[in-house]
This record gives sequence, structure tokens and C-alpha cells, in this order.
Amino acid sequence: MSNIGSYEERMKDFDWSISERELEYESGGPINIGWYCTDRICKMGKGEKTALIWEGYDGNARTYTFNDARLASNTIAHDLKGLGIKQEDRVCLFMDKIPELYFGFLGILKTGAIAQPLFSAFGEDSLHVRLDDAKTCAIMTQRKHLKKVRRIIDQMPFMKHVIVVDHDGRKPLEERERVFSLDDTAPVDDFEAFQTSAESPSVLHYTSGTTGQPKGVKHVHYSLISQYLTTKWVLDLRDDDIYWCTADPGWVTGTSYGIIGPWALGVTQCVLDKGFSADNWYRFIEKHRVTVWYSAPTAIRSLMKAGEAIAKRYYLSSLRHLASVGEPLNAEAVLWSEKVFGKPFLDTYWQTETGSMMLTNFPGMKVKPGSMGKPFPGITATVLDPNTHQPYDGSGRIGLIGFKPGWPAMMRNYWNNEETYKSKFRNGWYLPGDRASIDQDGYFWFVGRDDDVINTGGHLVSPFEVESALIEHPAVAESAVVSKPDDVNMEVVKAYVTLNPGYAADKNLELDIMNFIRKRLSPLAMPQEIEYKDKLPKTRSGKIMRRMLKALEWGEEIGDTSTLEDE
Amino acid sequence: MDEMEKVVLDYVRDEYLEDEDEEIDVNTPLISGGIVDSFSMVSLKRFLENKYEISIPDEKATPEAFDTVEKICALVKEFK
Repeated sequence: MSNIGSYEERMKDFDWSISERELEYESGGPINIGWYCTDRICKMGKGEKTALIWEGYDGNARTYTFNDARLASNTIAHDLKGLGIKQEDRVCLFMDKIPELYFGFLGILKTGAIAQPLFSAFGEDSLHVRLDDAKTCAIMTQRKHLKKVRRIIDQMPFMKHVIVVDHDGRKPLEERERVFSLDDTAPVDDFEAFQTSAESPSVLHYTSGTTGQPKGVKHVHYSLISQYLTTKWVLDLRDDDIYWCTADPGWVTGTSYGIIGPWALGVTQCVLDKGFSADNWYRFIEKHRVTVWYSAPTAIRSLMKAGEAIAKRYYLSSLRHLASVGEPLNAEAVLWSEKVFGKPFLDTYWQTETGSMMLTNFPGMKVKPGSMGKPFPGITATVLDPNTHQPYDGSGRIGLIGFKPGWPAMMRNYWNNEETYKSKFRNGWYLPGDRASIDQDGYFWFVGRDDDVINTGGHLVSPFEVESALIEHPAVAESAVVSKPDDVNMEVVKAYVTLNPGYAADKNLELDIMNFIRKRLSPLAMPQEIEYKDKLPKTRSGKIMRRMLKALEWGEEIGDTSTLEDE
Repeated sequence: MDEMEKVVLDYVRDEYLEDEDEEIDVNTPLISGGIVDSFSMVSLKRFLENKYEISIPDEKATPEAFDTVEKICALVKEFK
């Protein structure tokens, strides 16, 4: 029997107080995610239970109990407090998936400050724009990423502390930089977590939109209520599970379901800080007897590409439940996993702004391969007419996904950007920006984005951000960035560019531009293809018609070209 | 180390290695070691194709085939 039991029964009279009661949270009382994920689990008598099994790229491996996690997060919190970090200060985590990232996240929350995790592959421009927007006052990082921080530190007078967690003393540190070593610091046994309340800000995750700079999605400590229950009911985590969430905590899945959900439930989780290879992943599952695996369609398709024979070399029978997130999971991948692992990957749909799962396939529910599943209990979801923003009657019509606001993990605002936040709501519905239809059985089916944002490998990339960076390259005069189809990543970034005089449109320049974007923004944002054009299609008012180029890539109708400037 | 291995190793060191103190050789795991991710692999493949005037089929450009400089060079030689 799964944790959720009967979906239909759970839908009747559902109330989020179920979660509050299980967490012994009293309305109006203090709620601190850092405390819930460590101190509370220890108080429940699970202090000696394994919280984290960690493996690094170099074969280094470590195991931590919940008491270790409590002490480590206390020690980091104590150190931050000693630096003067106070409630609602923004503290960035810019690290690979090392233990300090996980304990640092909880330590920051214990101080009452806001954790701002950023993907460690971000280039200096991507890093700077996000730190500048949040006016982040401290950053925890590794020696290997220090170079990127140093290149932008002079532009950040608000940044008071650069904390290096693995400094080896071989090179001197610079102004504002300091060493913090978890191994060399006396553990702090007694640290009173800041008494944050339900609406106290907790996490700031940045996400990309079609226009403008990335937006800081502000979450609060009360998000725990839905993260806890969705983890329990959808991921079906139980006390004896060994759970592996492959997401990086630089993105929301890595915090909501790679830290908060499993640890609030007191479940053991594994982390592999190593690049992808089918052999590595299967070996990891076999070695640690992983039972519940939460991954992404891109990874699943990469495993499919690697072939079934590799999977057969490993003993994977420990797996009992599989789920997926990040982009729509195609039917072929669901069927493949049933064949190879004996169970399907269940798709879950949600996004940075929702903070927790919204539409999902539940354990025990009939899976329709390729479907997004049904709303989590407590979530009112529909498909809206794009013009009137009224819910469609009946099934089968394609429209905008809409959610009734009010679930606990819903974002509370975009940082410094109330206007964009308000624009996400229409007629009382929150619009996540995706199109879908609902079938006669109530299952949602993904159709596509409602904007130009590119979802590559489950990560959103703003075409505007890439276009802006492209024209910083001396050879590029104009640029237009669109998605193009990709078998593994669903979509990848493609750029159309016109060149400045004196530059030859050749293969070496293409590579130079690709590397330029990779280093300035991130590998995700790097165009996988660059097409040179003499001119880009524009409206008569001079706006580049990205829509036309995207239609060309996807083999779709180009649509209305009446506003196209004359040849 | 042959000439091709030296060229590719230098390129990886210059383009992808974030920690300048990290030492790598022709057998250092690049993909599984987190030095080159799957997205960046596309630019590494493009470099090899431009430099050696070859075309590497996508199905051959797997994380396993790109995991070390030695393996990469063996792959390039297949198509040279």
C-alpha cells in the first residue's frame, strides 16, 4: 500500500492541516525548515540514522547521520551569525553538490537569513546579475569557483563575505575572502534556530523569463507544509527508503525534493557529485541499494540512448519507485523504464514558482504514458481559454494551465519585481506559462510553453539573456535566440546572428561564440548551433520576429507575417 | 603523449578547467569527473571537428567516448 492510498479518497475533504499535524506545526507558531530537517528528526530519536550518503567525482565518499547534519548546519549557522548575518540577509550557495552545500543550506535557514542557491556552472555574468539583484551579502563557495567570484567582486560593494569552504592554503586569499572548514571547526551542539514564522522568507531561486533579467522567486518557511506532503504521497518515501534525487540544489528540485522533503521526513538520501554516465549511475544505484529515484527526462533519455544492455550489467532490483521532473516525460521513456526497470517513471509537473508538485502521476494510479497526471490534493488546476482566462468546459481543448493560488509552497513574490509577479495572475488564476489539455478522465497533457522561454534538459533559459550576451561578442551585430528540437534535452538553444563588418562567417567563429556564451552565462545557455544570416526578420517597427525563426526550427506554420518589414 | 593528445589536453585545460590548480592528464575523467558537462561536450565535439576536419556522428559522441583525452583521441582517429 502506498502512502497516499486512494487518490480519490484523499481528494475528499483534503486539507493542508494533515501536513501541519504530522509535522506538529501549530498555526501562528515558529516554523524553521533548518530545524525541521535536522533537530526535529533527532528529537524523534533518529539522530543516529543516516541522513546523507555522499560520493564525490574522485571516488571520495562520506556518510552523515541526522545528528551530523544537525551539528554541521548548527556550526555553519553559528559561523554566519558571527559574521553578522542577520534575518532576511541573502546568503548565496555557489558550490558543486558537496556536503557543505546541503548543510550550508540548512545552516543559512537556521540563522533566519535567506538561502540563495546558484548553479555552480553559471558563468560570471549569470552569477553577477543574480547577486546584484538580490544584493547578496555573503557567498559560500569552493576554491575552484573563486576565480569567477573574483572577476565580479569589485562590482559588488554589498558583498561583505566570500566564504571558501575548501581552502587548502596554497594561495593567499584576498580582501573579503575567508576560510571556513567544516572539518576543522569545532561542532556547535547548541544553536537555537531563528524563530522564523510561516511567512518568513526562506529561499530565493532565480528563474528565467522571456524578457528582462532573471527573476528571484521568493519562497517562505511555510513551503515545508506542501513539500513534506508531496514528498510523502508522490515520492512515497518511507522510513527504510534509500532515496536518490539527481537534481542539483542550484535549482528548485534540488532544494524542495533534494533537501527539504526527504529530510523533513527523516529519510536517508544519496548524492552523487559526479558527471553523468550510465555506468556511474547504475553502479551508484546498485552500490547503495537505492529504492526511490527522482530524476529528469533528459537523464532518462540519455540512459535510453546508452542502451538496455548497460542496465542489465547491474543489479537494480532495489528500485521500487521512480519519478521524473523538469520537462514533459515522453511516452517512450515511460514504456522503456517499465521494460528495463520493471516499473514506469511517473511524471511530476511543477516549477520554481510553485515550489512543490502540482500535477503528478501517483503511486497506484493508472499511468497514461506521456500524461502529466492529475492535480495533487489541495491543488485546483484547470485549462483556461487564452483570451478570456475562463476555464474551458469539457475535455480535450488546448489552453493555458491555471492554478488557484493558496497552496503553502506558492511563491510569495519576485524579488524587487512586484509588477512581473502580478502579471502572472489572470482572473484569479496563477499562470505557470504552459499550455495543456485535460482528457475525459481528468489527466493533463502537456502541449508546450506559452512564451519563448527555452526548456533545455529541464532548465529554463531566457532567449533575451542569451541575445544580450551574444551582442557583447565583437563579431555579433544582431542576434535572435530560439529553441530547436533535441532528442535528449527536448529543446536546445539555437542562435541566429548577423555579423559586424570584417568577420568571416566560418566554423571557428561559431565555436568562439559558443564558448563565449558558455563562459559568460552557462553551458545550458550556450547555443548548440549558430546560423549566420545577412539580416534577421523584423517587424516594421524594428523588432526581431523570433516567432518566425522558431517556427522554422520546429517545422510549424510561420503564421501572420503582415507586420514583417519589407524586403 | 602524442601530438593530438597534447593539443586536446591543452584545449580542455584552457577552455573547461575551472580550478587552475587542478592537474589533469590524458586519463583524467572529464565527463564523469564533472570537468566537461553534457552541454559543453557539444563545443568540445565542434572543436575536434574543426581542428581535424572530421565529422563525428552524434551516436558516437557519447559521455563514455568523451570521458578522457585518450578516449577522445581514439575516437578522432577513427574518423580521420
